[in-house]
Amino acid sequence: MTALSEPALAADTPPAKNKHRSTFWRRFCRNRGALLGLAILLLVALLVCFGPLLAAHNPWDMVEQPFLPPMEREGFAMGTDTMGRDILSGLVLGARISLLIAVISTLVSLLIGVGIGAISGYFGGWVDASLMRFTEMFQSVPSFALALVLVAIFEPSVNSIIVAIALVSWPPVARLVRGEFLTLRQRDFVAAAQLAGQSTPRIILAQILPNAASSIVVMASLMVATAILLESSLSFMGLGDPNLMSWGYMIGSARTVLRQAWWMAVFPGVAILLTVLAFNLVGEGLNDGLNARQDGKTK
Amino acid sequence: MNAYSHEALHMLAHMPAEPTTPEPVLTVRGLDIRLPLGADRALAVTQANLQILPGQTLCVVGESGSGKSMIANAIMGLLPRPKVEPVAGEILFDGQDLLCLSEDQLRELRGSRMAMVFQEPMTALNPVMRIGDQMAEALDAHLQLPAADKRRRIIAALTDVGLPEPERLIDAYPFRLSGGQRQRVMIAIAMLLEPSLLIADEPTTALDVTTQAQILQLMRALQKKRGMAMLFITHDFGVVAEIADHVVVMQTGVVVEAGPARQVLRNPQHAYTKKLLAAIPHGNVRETQASTAQPVLQVKDLCKVYRTGGGFLRPAREVVAAERISFDLGRAQTLGVVGESGSGKSSLGRCIVGLAPFDSGDILFNGQRLSSGAALRRQAKGKIQMVFQDPYASLNPRHKIGAAIASGPIAQGVPKAEAMRRTMELLELVGLGPEAAERYPHEFSGGQRQRIGIARALAMEPSLLVADEPVSALDVSVQAQVLKLFAEVRERFQLSMVFITHDLRVAGQMCDHLAVMQRGRIVEYGPTAQVLGNPQHPYTQTLIDAIPSLEHRSDEATAEHRSRA
Repeated sequence: MTALSEPALAADTPPAKNKHRSTFWRRFCRNRGALLGLAILLLVALLVCFGPLLAAHNPWDMVEQPFLPPMEREGFAMGTDTMGRDILSGLVLGARISLLIAVISTLVSLLIGVGIGAISGYFGGWVDASLMRFTEMFQSVPSFALALVLVAIFEPSVNSIIVAIALVSWPPVARLVRGEFLTLRQRDFVAAAQLAGQSTPRIILAQILPNAASSIVVMASLMVATAILLESSLSFMGLGDPNLMSWGYMIGSARTVLRQAWWMAVFPGVAILLTVLAFNLVGEGLNDGLNARQDGKTK
Repeated sequence: MNAYSHEALHMLAHMPAEPTTPEPVLTVRGLDIRLPLGADRALAVTQANLQILPGQTLCVVGESGSGKSMIANAIMGLLPRPKVEPVAGEILFDGQDLLCLSEDQLRELRGSRMAMVFQEPMTALNPVMRIGDQMAEALDAHLQLPAADKRRRIIAALTDVGLPEPERLIDAYPFRLSGGQRQRVMIAIAMLLEPSLLIADEPTTALDVTTQAQILQLMRALQKKRGMAMLFITHDFGVVAEIADHVVVMQTGVVVEAGPARQVLRNPQHAYTKKLLAAIPHGNVRETQASTAQPVLQVKDLCKVYRTGGGFLRPAREVVAAERISFDLGRAQTLGVVGESGSGKSSLGRCIVGLAPFDSGDILFNGQRLSSGAALRRQAKGKIQMVFQDPYASLNPRHKIGAAIASGPIAQGVPKAEAMRRTMELLELVGLGPEAAERYPHEFSGGQRQRIGIARALAMEPSLLVADEPVSALDVSVQAQVLKLFAEVRERFQLSMVFITHDLRVAGQMCDHLAVMQRGRIVEYGPTAQVLGNPQHPYTQTLIDAIPSLEHRSDEATAEHRSRA
């Protein structure tokens, strides 16, 4: 088959070719805070990977005299807690638990939220109405209270904490994804896919979802931060997994001696602060990088 | 007597006694406007020169991206500084260089001495402010008037632009007004303080053709009455012919041709101007092809009503999109559906392809009766395809072109290799070449995307193609190429087409039969030549009269010519 029509004239030139990825990086790097956040996160990631090598002691072992202030003795840079356990070791190994719970619970709530939001936004009508009322049911209960109740009902364990956090954090995702789907499904490329006879699940997963992905990624990064806080709060209230050292547990157990031994609460507190801040900064950077739509809508 | 300011008088006194040209209201000399780094060119506007005389209209014509709006924004001081900034030249207005004025001094001039009308009337008015209050803002900014005076002036301005019942309109909110009425309000606001320069940036592009004709007429009348100068930015040479005294043609930021309107339109010198003029739909009516026995598409008594709102007790609002629509369409024939926005022509198209369900009536495709909505899509097995209006929304930004075209046939069970081979052939056919398959939509221009849209539809080997305003988002030269491509694929694949458009020139050129729609009904139907040449319905006549055409003025010109000869 040969070309019937001459190629497009020079007047109809395409926009300057810019590679997707490099643009993303340029935008991301323009946000200084995001770079800082990324650096902190890399540090935390290293801690998670190589934590056991760095930790000198088992965080549960009583290895020194209690109430040892930081830098007092060789090998105990952050001092010891009320029972003489090494705080540095607790911090390093606690990172694993805190992040594990945060990441997995975020993934689970994304699964629920994206699923409900996508179905709701795509089908509309009564499906949308009923799913959104269901979502509002969850939103109308204060999420921390709900998480507390859930963990208290199932005994405190890693699994129950993950389930509880996931169950209270999916509604905003569902709302967001529904909104994205409501507008995206009006686009002509969805109509074209329908005319081509593509199946509904395929249209949802292959046509619309990739276009909503950038907002979801940004939201997910912020959700990890919230999940860390939620997990810490639960542990602080004494509802953490009793067999696992986590940052929240460390603060919780130190709260009674806050005036005598500041270091026991401050070090894990700073760890939480920095990690949550880092996730928020990275989220913002992702937003700058991904959401400035250069897919033609700006034209 | 604003027009004769100090400076002007001064200059008049010192000018050699030449009775010919009055002082230009606005002079732009050697204007360069810089674009931010990484844009497709360094300067949005390069060395622009133009001037406007009092009481005259200068049209700046060019395709999208030619920098014509940049000039208007530079004059008004509306450029997004410092990224986009004038870097050389001067803009003289009232003897002052606007580029040297401070923001406060500029604000003094804006609204009072020069005013602007924008393209999008739907978004130019604040939806939560009454019309009168919005107009009063312009007065308050420059004058201190008692409330009664203000009201009187606003009502007078609304009356001037031909709006009905100005006393009631002044207290109404913008949502009550149609697009054309809103544009009239915008013009009234611009004219309130009797500026000596009015800048209009594509003021009629978003309007229906009949409304456009009215607005152009209004602007001409106001200009005659007030004697102001007008800078009119447009991409449409039909509009130029209607309104311009002088024309400046721009291409990629450079003025390529300038001169009196008649001269530029009748005897263009620059190759680009010639190309633009040649690309205007010529209005030559296509000869109606004889139809074969078995029609590909038969529509009988199709009805479609949109119901919105409504709840338990409230009745829903009903909008009739299609009422007892009937027509037949033969093999390799094209039916043009024309009408203004809101006439139901797009709804009809969406019903035929099964993207919208219809309420009653029959659609027969190759003799087979189809159900409505999603079931229609299944029964048609992809043999009814559509080409969409907005080339930016019709391609998935996350999918490569090749995958986008091949996904249709693959969904119908064509093996992947076969689908990819067909995709490559089609890309070649629409003039893009197989290397386009590995690229993403954002790397293509509007016209190229529309070609991709056509290739995607053809990949399904359809026997019926519904094209919904496929060229109305494109520049005129690109439009001509895409129309040519449509004509070629129609012959090659013996395609039947339903061609939906608001542009009668395009319809005349493309279609065998025309159906003129108004408020959901076909008010006139017949062979193209008959409908356009001898319209029976008054609405068709209105539509035809409203087409801005190059002939209006050139007719006058030839008449003049003859009388001189």
